Formats: sequence, structure tokens, C-alpha cells
Amino acid sequence: MATVRRNSIISAGLIVALFIVLYVMRQQGLMSAYWAMILDLALITTTSAIGLSLIYGFTGQFSLGHAAFYGIGAYVAAFITKSYGATTLNFTLALLAGALAAAVVAFLVGLPILRLRSDYLGIATLGFGVIVKVFFDNSDKLSKLLGGSMGMTGIPRITTFPWVFWSAVLVILVARNLVNSSHGRACITVREDEIAADIMGIDTTRFKMLAFTLGCAMAGLAGGLYAHLYAFLHPKSFEFLKSFDVLLIVVLGGLGSLTGTVVAGMGVVFLQEALRDVLGQEFLEWRGVVYALLLIVLMILRPQGLMGGWEFSLDRLLLRRGKGGKARGAA
Amino acid sequence: MGQLLEQVVNGLQLGFVYALIAVGYTMVYGIIKLINFAHGDVIMVGAFVTFFGLVRGIPWPVAILIGMIVCAVLGVVIERLAYRPLREKGAPRIAALITAIGVSLFLENFASLRIAFGPDFRQFPAMVTRAQWNIFGVTISSIQVLIVSITILLVLILQVVVYRTKIGKAMRAVSMDMDAARLMGINVNMVIAFTFAIGSALAAAAGALWAAAYPQIWPYMGIMPGLKAFTAAVLGGIGSIPGALLGAVLMGQAEVLTAAYLTTDFKDAVAFAMLILVLLIRPAGLLGKAGPEKV
Repeated sequence: MATVRRNSIISAGLIVALFIVLYVMRQQGLMSAYWAMILDLALITTTSAIGLSLIYGFTGQFSLGHAAFYGIGAYVAAFITKSYGATTLNFTLALLAGALAAAVVAFLVGLPILRLRSDYLGIATLGFGVIVKVFFDNSDKLSKLLGGSMGMTGIPRITTFPWVFWSAVLVILVARNLVNSSHGRACITVREDEIAADIMGIDTTRFKMLAFTLGCAMAGLAGGLYAHLYAFLHPKSFEFLKSFDVLLIVVLGGLGSLTGTVVAGMGVVFLQEALRDVLGQEFLEWRGVVYALLLIVLMILRPQGLMGGWEFSLDRLLLRRGKGGKARGAA
Repeated sequence: MGQLLEQVVNGLQLGFVYALIAVGYTMVYGIIKLINFAHGDVIMVGAFVTFFGLVRGIPWPVAILIGMIVCAVLGVVIERLAYRPLREKGAPRIAALITAIGVSLFLENFASLRIAFGPDFRQFPAMVTRAQWNIFGVTISSIQVLIVSITILLVLILQVVVYRTKIGKAMRAVSMDMDAARLMGINVNMVIAFTFAIGSALAAAAGALWAAAYPQIWPYMGIMPGLKAFTAAVLGGIGSIPGALLGAVLMGQAEVLTAAYLTTDFKDAVAFAMLILVLLIRPAGLLGKAGPEKV
């Protein structure tokens, strides 16, 4: 018990140290404004991807509509700060409202839709994503502030690095604690075999709803941060193709591995920008081609994802209890 | 009444193009349980190849045929290089799905390169002389006649191939039970390659017909028709060819009638809301068979 407590203090210390290092690097100009922005975006993307990791990676509910919930969070949060002013209190409330709105919508949609399975669930959530995008396109009919298909402008640019970093940490901690709890084990059971889980007395509907609602709330939170980072929202940023991007991160990282989701989330965003540098102006248009090829090759070489269910653990690292750990079989 | 019939005819035009695409999705899904997201981009390649044929003065039936052959080869190559290695590794289905998304991105981005088709919109030349006939108060255009007749012809050929030939029998056997089919001496990889070839050839024809009806082509043109056709296949019950045809016709009608009588802004929302409702009532689609759950 004592070692566990000591290790949590060490992890907390490491996270704070990482934060200070990154923060100072940005303040001192060791990181250009451009890469600092990419770092923010990578953290926001990871925050959203952790949500899908809970829904699909751990609970096995195939969702192709994640970008819609990201968008709901973004629009709700942006609407609040735009209408009521950009104070810190308002921003906090706006982020919470964005997450809550995504969660409420996820709950209402999930209730009927989560009865569907695998590909049928995927296509239903994809359909839901298209519907939400159509509503964003016509949102100006609801309120002029939302901008409709022209996009929403005039959002205060108040997302800063501490907001992004600590939101990501919060979401990862919540996800980690959930996954390691009895609720999390129930979710994993649902993923492995829903019928068997049912027979063992697990209320499968409840845990599917739990993972879906919580995961979508995380997407909503990430959306709120995104809205105040770029200060501009366009319905095209939340179309179904963007849901593929998040799914790709979760699968690439390895299903059932939060470490994998974080690594892939940061990696994919940075890779796309790094390709811009590597290819140079002359070959810039090859960026998408190279990215697609890398994706295909990576998937063929490591179909189970980069981490394949492996989790980074400080306890194991310090206690040297063998390497690798128990690999959770990816579904 | 005349106006309603006219809209129904417009819906048929759209639905028939969707049908050609949906059949490809449903056949591939029926055999290897893969949502082949790259299928939409094969439509685009088909449209472009037909386009290059037409501007070089090749007659349109030959141009479409060349497009179909090129895409059939493309489909087989995609299957061979991207999907078969995963199948042989026994990779999870999701890995194949992500690879399909990768192939889709590759085709779109490669087509946008200046050394390939280029990123710009191009005007698709008219294949048949534009004409309109008035039959019992309903205006029918030559393009509609072209689309409907080519689609019917191709579906009839498909019907013969699937139900009257040896390879068709093998396809049906593989889709029923791949392992049992292999034990009976069927070359499963060959059958899968053949399925991709047929599906991609139909998609190429669909691309040419789509471009004839909406004569603007560009590298990302395949995404929306691909998505709609896939939805139609799910609506009809994915894995079933008659289901795909039924779903596609319904999808075309729903889209056109909603736009004409309800709302143009929300037409996509209505189509997908319909899909979700159908799935909730019949989770395996209209003509799909819900298999028993194995425990």
C-alpha cells in the first residue's frame, strides 16, 4: 500500500514537472508559436480520443459519430462565452456545459441506438453524425450567433496551454481510474462477449450507456477547448470524416490501451505537421499520399495497434515486476 | 400528380446510380465482412478514366468499358496489396476497416496530385445528346434513359453471373461459409479477388453515370455518393444483393422527395434519420437475415 501511495506521488510529481518544462519552453520561446499551437491541438485531439477509447477500445461499442459530440461541445461552449463574455468563470462553465450537452445528447441517442451491434451500430452513429452536421449547417436559423454554414466567428481566443494540459490529464486520470475499477472490468467484459457478460449478471445496457455518455462528455470537453483555441468553428470540422480520424487514433494506438491512445493521438497530429516540414514546399501535395501509405503499412505490420493492449505503468517500472505486463487481448 | 411522377423519375435516376455502387459494397461485405470505404473513391477513378476516354474522342460505350476494366484491375490490386495480407495474418476486422480508410485517403490524395488527375473540378463532356421527351405529362431526359437502361443491363448481367455461373456459385458459397467453401476445393482468394473486380467495375460504371447526370468531377467526388450507397446497402440488409437494390431505390426516392416537398436544407438529415429508424425496427435491414447468436 505504501509503495502504491509513493508511486502516485511520484507520478503526480512527474506530471507537474512535465507541465513546468513545457510551460517554460513556451514562455522562453524554445518552442515556436506554431509548434506550441500544434501541441495544444494534439492534446485536445488526445482528450477526445480518450473518450472514444473508453467507448470502443474498452467497451467495444463501434462509434463512427465521435466528431459530432466534439462539435456539440464546441458549439455549446462557444455560444456561452460569445454571449456572456470571456471571463475565467464563464469559460469554466462553458467547458462544463459543452461536456454536459454532449453527455446529455449521447444519453438520449444512446438509449435506443446502443441496442444495435458492431457494424450496424457504427453506421447508425455515422448517420447521427451526418444529421448533427446538417444541423450545424443550418444553425443560423436557431441563432444568428452560431453562423450556420458560413461558420461561427468572434469566439474569444482564451484556450491556453494550462487549460489544455490539465484537461487532458484530468480526462486520462478519470479514464484510467474507471478502467481499473469494477465498472471498467464490466465494460471490458461487455467488449469481450456481451452474451456471456449478460449471463454473468452484468447489466450490459448500463455499462454501455456509462462508457458512451462519459466518452462523449470527454469529446464535448475537447470540443470546447478547440473552439476557444482557433476562435472559429465550421460545420466541416465536425463531419463524419473527422470521426474516422479519431477512430484511426484509437485503433492505431491499440484497442484497450490508454497509453496507446495517448501515443497515437499525439503522434498522428505531430506526424501530419512534421510531414509538412520534411516534404518541403515542393512536395507538399504529397503529404496526404505519404500519410495514407504510412497508415496502410502500419496497419498491415501491426494490426493489433502500436501498443496492442499494453499499458504504461509506473508501479511495474519501479518494482521491476517483469517487462511487458499482461496484454489484454484486443477485440 | 405530374410533378410528383417527375420527382419519382428523378429519384429513380439517383437511386439507380446508388444501386450500382451499393451492390459492390454489399458483395464485398457479404464475403469478407469488410466495409470497404475505398469503394467510394473507385467511383471517382471510374469517372476520371471515362472522362479521359471521352475527351480523346473514344465513343462513350467504349469509354465506360475502359473505365470498368481499369477499375476492376484497381479493385483487385487494392485487395491483393492492402486487404489480403491482413486476412492472412488473421488480423481483427477493425484493422481491415482502418486500412480501407487508408486506401480511401490514398486514392483521394493521389488523384489530387498534379501528376495524376489534379485537384481541380473538371467539366464532364456530354455522352449522349441532351433531349427531353414528354410521356403522359412526365418529362424524361435522355440522360435518365441512359442511366436507367445501363443500370438494368448491368444488374441483369450481374444476376446471370451470380446465379448462373460456376464462379457465381463459388461466390455464394464463400459468403455462406468461407471455411466450408475452402474445404470443398474453392479457391477462396480467387473468389474474393473476382468479387472486388465485379464490384469495382460496377462502381466505375456508376461513376461515369453519376458524372453524366452531375457533370462536375474532382478527386473527392466519390465520398458522398459512396456514403449514401453504403447507407442504402445497410438499409436493404447488407450482404444481400436484392436488398442493396431495394435500399438504393428507396434512398434515391427519399432524398429527392424530401428535397422537393419537405426541405432541401435537411434532406441528408431526413435520409439518415430514416436509416436509423429502420435499423431500430429491423436491426439487420429490410431484406437482411438476422442470424442466430452463437454462444
